[in-house]
Amino acid sequence: MWEYTEKVQQHFLQPQNVGEIDSPSGVGDVGSLACGDALRLTLKIDENEVITDAKFKTFGCASAIASSSVLTEMIKGMTVDEAARITNDDIAQALGGLPREKMHCSVMGHEALEAAIADYRGVPLPTANGNVICECFGVTDIEIKRAVTESSLRTVEEVTNYTKAGGGCGKCAGRITEVLHAALNETHVIPVVPMPAKKMTTLQKIRKIEEVLEREVRPSLKKDGGGIELVDVDGDFVTVSMRGVCGNCASSQTTIKEFVEKKLQEFVLETLVVEEEK
Amino acid sequence: MSGKRVVYLDNNATTMVAPEVVDAMMPFFTEKYGNPSSMHTFGGEVEEYVETARRQVAALLGASPEEILFTSCGTESDSTAVLSALRAYPEKRHIVTSNVEHPAIKSLAENLEVFTGRRYRVTALPVDRDGMIDLAEYERALTDDTAIVSVMWANNETGNIYPVEKMAAIAKARGILFHTDAVQAVGKVAINLAELDIDYLSMSGHKLHAPKGVGVLYVRKGTPFVPFMAGGHQEGGRRGGTENVASIIGLGKACELAATHIREENTRVKAMRDRLEEGLLASIPKSMRNGSKEHRLPNTTNISFEYIEGEAILLHMNLYGICASSGSACTSGSLEPSHVLRAMGVPYTAAHGSVRFSLSTYNTEEDIDYVLARMPGIIDTLRQLSPFWEKEEAAVS
Repeated sequence: MWEYTEKVQQHFLQPQNVGEIDSPSGVGDVGSLACGDALRLTLKIDENEVITDAKFKTFGCASAIASSSVLTEMIKGMTVDEAARITNDDIAQALGGLPREKMHCSVMGHEALEAAIADYRGVPLPTANGNVICECFGVTDIEIKRAVTESSLRTVEEVTNYTKAGGGCGKCAGRITEVLHAALNETHVIPVVPMPAKKMTTLQKIRKIEEVLEREVRPSLKKDGGGIELVDVDGDFVTVSMRGVCGNCASSQTTIKEFVEKKLQEFVLETLVVEEEK
Repeated sequence: MSGKRVVYLDNNATTMVAPEVVDAMMPFFTEKYGNPSSMHTFGGEVEEYVETARRQVAALLGASPEEILFTSCGTESDSTAVLSALRAYPEKRHIVTSNVEHPAIKSLAENLEVFTGRRYRVTALPVDRDGMIDLAEYERALTDDTAIVSVMWANNETGNIYPVEKMAAIAKARGILFHTDAVQAVGKVAINLAELDIDYLSMSGHKLHAPKGVGVLYVRKGTPFVPFMAGGHQEGGRRGGTENVASIIGLGKACELAATHIREENTRVKAMRDRLEEGLLASIPKSMRNGSKEHRLPNTTNISFEYIEGEAILLHMNLYGICASSGSACTSGSLEPSHVLRAMGVPYTAAHGSVRFSLSTYNTEEDIDYVLARMPGIIDTLRQLSPFWEKEEAAVS
């Protein structure tokens, strides 16, 4: 169960300013049925640019409804300029906070407000011209970039919590990372994105092991009249067979562990374990 | 919440522990707390009770006691069965499952490489709009490389019952092992494993009025088995770890009770479920059932209320003490609605507003009256908030 604050519950169960204003001064429509949440915000603005009334209709969960309700309360009585400075964090704070995974609900409120103000002013939306990064939820690079800078996001997961981008099929994770990095570089912050260690394929391992055996191991064994053959590679386990005098040598085990294994660990992969064929 | 009426219609999530089960368990916390593996009589005698429970479980499933392994939950049973088959046949690299499995199987199938270190091809059978699997398509999916089939007996979200008897017979003819997650089916449908070709079956205690934290894996005699975890000699060396004695005793008792419950589930409970479903569909416009009407558990109904969102519905129901579940995105903790409803092609307008009601023998006709009296108001309240409803409302009236 989600941990909702008293304030969220209040605004969800007794939402304020539900409905639509007749002949509104500005309308903001965001979200869609497919996305799972949508909000229509209508504003009445007087000749002094003061928001005299605000109403909403929301399709969505408790936090989406509560965010919409608290937003209408916040902006009533504000001038348009004052309302334009409200951020999604302001909305979340007015509710006493939202669960991390629900931050996108406050973002939706913010976007609806922005859209309604743009509609009133007769100007295009600043986010309208972006490239769609997340196809599932129709989130653009401009929206992601803005969320990253405004809310100091550091990871793809945080971007998903705030914008929903990447929360569907997840195929856009790579592109979100790119946008995230670009945005973070602009703000001169080092991103915290774990880079998975590049894994060697078995084929790459075999080639590299052969190469190191030839270059680092065989010349020394040859001096003593011995040799070595690679038999198998299974994950980190390397099976070898000792040839010539080495094959009968009582200390072949020591040679394998102290010499061959050390060389392969040094030049191929630290985790390799070398065993003699039984 | 205290003192307020609670109408519990979330029995596919978990059930009340039956009073008879609690009574049967109590002595094993207080007087008979010994370890069944002990040499002394005080502990050793407890083993007899564990074996009685094993016979009670076996009787409900139509199995032999030695085919019953006690585990910690349905999920453990699922992992044990599937990984066991894959370890037994390491050269086979294909498994067949369905698109509507519980996460216990779905997530395992998607992460087999993590658990086995080998890569597998996974065929997740699609379902139709009613959530049913096409048997011809199933047959075509089986290959000589298939190690195991795992298809659930009944779906937790829709209650749909799958033809696992037929599917197991088809797998057997091809020499392929068959597992079924029967967590939702046991106690609601009659099962006689002696007559079936099912090799592994998972069940869970807390879905049939036993406590949480105990499950069962049925392993047909002669079926390849590799333990899931290393440990002591318990369960014949097949599942180490000191027995969860009290819960096992409780599960045994619950299985004994289930024999009676099954009749009641399929008569009285089914009638209440049907009355609830028909009542909701009739009194609430733009509502629809998800899942098969015919091939379904007697206790489950999954209904979508279009143009509103499930979490909001559940929280309003919660005010009246009505407990149910939803397949909406917001309740799943992800951003997409239930994978089961999406696999069935339920439109987004409906998937987000789905509510699952699941009954048990402890529900009464008054519970149904109470819910039927309140749901239309709840749905209407939320629809008045919805920007999509106005247009629909105009079209309906």
